[in-house]
Amino acid sequence: MTTFDLNGRAVSAHSPDDTPLLWVIRDELGLTGTKFGCGIGFCGACTVHVEGRATRSCITPIGAVAGAKVTTIEGLDPQGKHSVQAAWLELQVPQCGYCQPGQIMQAATLLKDFPNPSDRDIHAVMAGSVCRCMTYVRIRKAIKLAAAQMRGGAHE
Amino acid sequence: MNSGLSPHGFRAPYDPSRRGFLITMIGAGVMLGYARSGWAAAELLAKEAKAPLSPNELFEPTIWYGIDTNGLVTVNIIRAEMGQHVGTALARIVADELEADWSKVKIVIVDSDPKWGLMITGGSWSVWQSFPVLSRSGAAGRIALIEEGAKLLGVSPRICAARNGAVHTGERSISYGDIVARGDLRRRYTNEQLEKIPIKTPAQRRFIGKAAQALDVPSKVNGSGRYGIDAAVDGMIYARPKIPPTRYDSKVIAIDDSAARRLPGYIKSLALDDPSGTAPGWVMVYAETFTTANRATDLVKVKWQSGPSANVSERDLQQRAAELIADPKGGALLVDDSGVDVVFASAKRKIERTYTTATAMHFALEPINALAFEKNDVFEIHTGNQWQSAILPVLAKALGRSQDKIVIRSYLLGGGFGRRLDGDYAVPAALAAKAVGRPVKMVCTREDDMRFDCPRSASAQVLRLAWGDDNRVAAMDHHAAAGWPTATIAPYFQLKDAKGNLYDPFAIQGADHWYTVGAQRVRALHNDLADRTFRSGYLRSVGAGWTSWAVESFMDEAAHEAGVDPVKFRLGLLDGVGRNAGSAPNSVGGAHRQAAVLSRCAQKAGWGSALPKDVGLGIASTFGQERGMPTWVACAARVRVNRINGYVTVEKLTLVIDCGTVIHPDSAEAQVEGAALWGLSLALHEGTEFVKGQPKDTNLDSYRVLRMGDVPEIEVEFLPSTETPVGLGEPATTPVAPAIANAIFAATGARVRHLPIRPQAVLEALARGS
Repeated sequence: MTTFDLNGRAVSAHSPDDTPLLWVIRDELGLTGTKFGCGIGFCGACTVHVEGRATRSCITPIGAVAGAKVTTIEGLDPQGKHSVQAAWLELQVPQCGYCQPGQIMQAATLLKDFPNPSDRDIHAVMAGSVCRCMTYVRIRKAIKLAAAQMRGGAHE
Repeated sequence: MNSGLSPHGFRAPYDPSRRGFLITMIGAGVMLGYARSGWAAAELLAKEAKAPLSPNELFEPTIWYGIDTNGLVTVNIIRAEMGQHVGTALARIVADELEADWSKVKIVIVDSDPKWGLMITGGSWSVWQSFPVLSRSGAAGRIALIEEGAKLLGVSPRICAARNGAVHTGERSISYGDIVARGDLRRRYTNEQLEKIPIKTPAQRRFIGKAAQALDVPSKVNGSGRYGIDAAVDGMIYARPKIPPTRYDSKVIAIDDSAARRLPGYIKSLALDDPSGTAPGWVMVYAETFTTANRATDLVKVKWQSGPSANVSERDLQQRAAELIADPKGGALLVDDSGVDVVFASAKRKIERTYTTATAMHFALEPINALAFEKNDVFEIHTGNQWQSAILPVLAKALGRSQDKIVIRSYLLGGGFGRRLDGDYAVPAALAAKAVGRPVKMVCTREDDMRFDCPRSASAQVLRLAWGDDNRVAAMDHHAAAGWPTATIAPYFQLKDAKGNLYDPFAIQGADHWYTVGAQRVRALHNDLADRTFRSGYLRSVGAGWTSWAVESFMDEAAHEAGVDPVKFRLGLLDGVGRNAGSAPNSVGGAHRQAAVLSRCAQKAGWGSALPKDVGLGIASTFGQERGMPTWVACAARVRVNRINGYVTVEKLTLVIDCGTVIHPDSAEAQVEGAALWGLSLALHEGTEFVKGQPKDTNLDSYRVLRMGDVPEIEVEFLPSTETPVGLGEPATTPVAPAIANAIFAATGARVRHLPIRPQAVLEALARGS
């Protein structure tokens, strides 16, 4: 049994220690916002935060997060109105939407590290997040919009 | 030329089997739609008159939308939501004519049911197919609401107007909800009457062409959107397949699961018996959790007898295509003018070029999956799907039950791109559930998904063009060989040429272009080896993905051969004469509209201006996919070529589109951006090869897709139009690859003729060319 904090609540997972965190979150704990894309950590659809860092949950064994604080798209903001989510809505980023929880979770940590990101920063950090609908243009714009809002400034 | 559309029921807004359009009172609301075939509308009204209808006395009318006593309008959407925000676009068509309050409109994506008619989301058809019926349904509702509202207000309907969910006269008004509660809205329209209901002029529209947030987006930023992979039911177990070595004719000889049996939660492994032949030789590995099923699958050893495609490679597919093209017999002739051979025989100047494309994968980010179980004698399949009407009969055959005892429950699609037009994945899931008599959720890993993909077939094309003595283009000849998705997935959708030869219209569309080229021939050839090796699939823009690559690269080569500027050369051929004049309602203006997007694109991209060394501007223009519903597109690509390593950087894409009336501008732009970037991804990155009957690349460790850092600056412009709305999901895919190849030529003089364009090919072309 592994105990950890999921979106602010203590949870216990009964899956074996080597079970990927992704499937524990989805199938055992019932939060399906985190998605399965490639299973090898190359697409970013499964991105969650472990202790505030963007982490590929499909290649993270549950045993590795014992006692840690894990956040999924459902817990990013209590009302689902994190600046990144608000910017995503305002610019109507998602198309099919399947990759977007992972994109949003990745972008949220990007903005902690780069409060005023350049295109180069965005390209480097978001390189691991695939969007097959190719919403990249809007993702880039929305990250900058969210950054501006988080800095407390006006829209860029 | 055959458009391949209305004769085959792809668009049947006034189905004669429907007995007129009805507005009926049901429960505490009003429903607007068609009566079921077999029930005369009069009978239905007579029955209704005796007692109000209860919901289970609906006689299965096709309800396009309903209005309740609170004025909430619910629009039923029969299309798959896979990123196009199609529900929003369709609901706005209804709401505009209905004069609804947009804040009181919601959408419901419906499950499969014969009453909806053809359920397909593909071909970029949704808006074009639905516009006539939904706009008239909305208008019929508005007229009835005005009539009843006027009665309740005690005035003549002539002095009433509907607006924002209410009927107004002077200072007084009554809401739609109140009219539904207090009025008698029952009406009947014959098909003829419905067809005659006038719809708004473009200037009267309130929602069409105006900005709005898409209704499906909020659930896609907070994790609440439900995709097929999120489906769950009490008591379900999981399964992952062991996919056989060949797509067809593999037989299971022995299953050894001794290693898997040591895993706690492992249940068993079974060879599926599939009477439909969709998933032959599949073994299902069952477990209590997906992780266990996944691991067990790796431990289970299956011995198969492989089918005959076990040694087919990409080279064999290309060789077969070349053989087919070299043989003047065979195939189907879409365009078959007399005199082609005579012109070529006597022409002093002519060119011939060969273009090829590699196998390309869908890689929809949500791997294929389905949850299946039997409940109350009905087999339920929970999965995202684009073409319910095509897979239901196959499921019926596989399960040995009639179609009315099978339902496909709808979910959001984690990417369609044509992968989910082929519903083959639903079959093994259903068989897996039937075999164990309990709910089974089949989840494929990425590697399973790729091995079971219906890829874009490798293609080969030979194009020839001849000039007459007056230096005018006098003949063109185009031969294209590829796998034909329709031949396998829906053979009844194939068309026949003048001599009765069958062909897949979707695998050749784009070759029957709008250039006036004198005597013309277009021949479609079925790469039978491809379709024995895999199920070729529809991939975003389908045949136009490779035919446009060939036609638009070739136009560039022909222009250079003739010593004419490539834009001027094309404009000279887009004269809008004869069969290229266009016709109402879908292609009014014909080739002139293609000329317009091309001219504007050239101007916008700075065609003809000086560029730095090794930077080039290339252009291409297409009609999207189908002659019957052309979406006029032009694309200019500015690229930089690194002569040392052959690497091509696309710096900017400029796109100009004429798709007729734009329904929902924001998602229209998003579709063009996404489609154009798919075109870029297929041009430079995506491609695999068959090795021993299987695709070589099965995950992102070796299958390269477009990522954030590869995205160029992109500019999109829609030409204003009030013509019939046509398609937008795919057309912008088509001109991008040839625009890039033409730009590489403009930058360096090196010509590439194979997709994807790898650096090695650029280096070889540089060595050959400049």
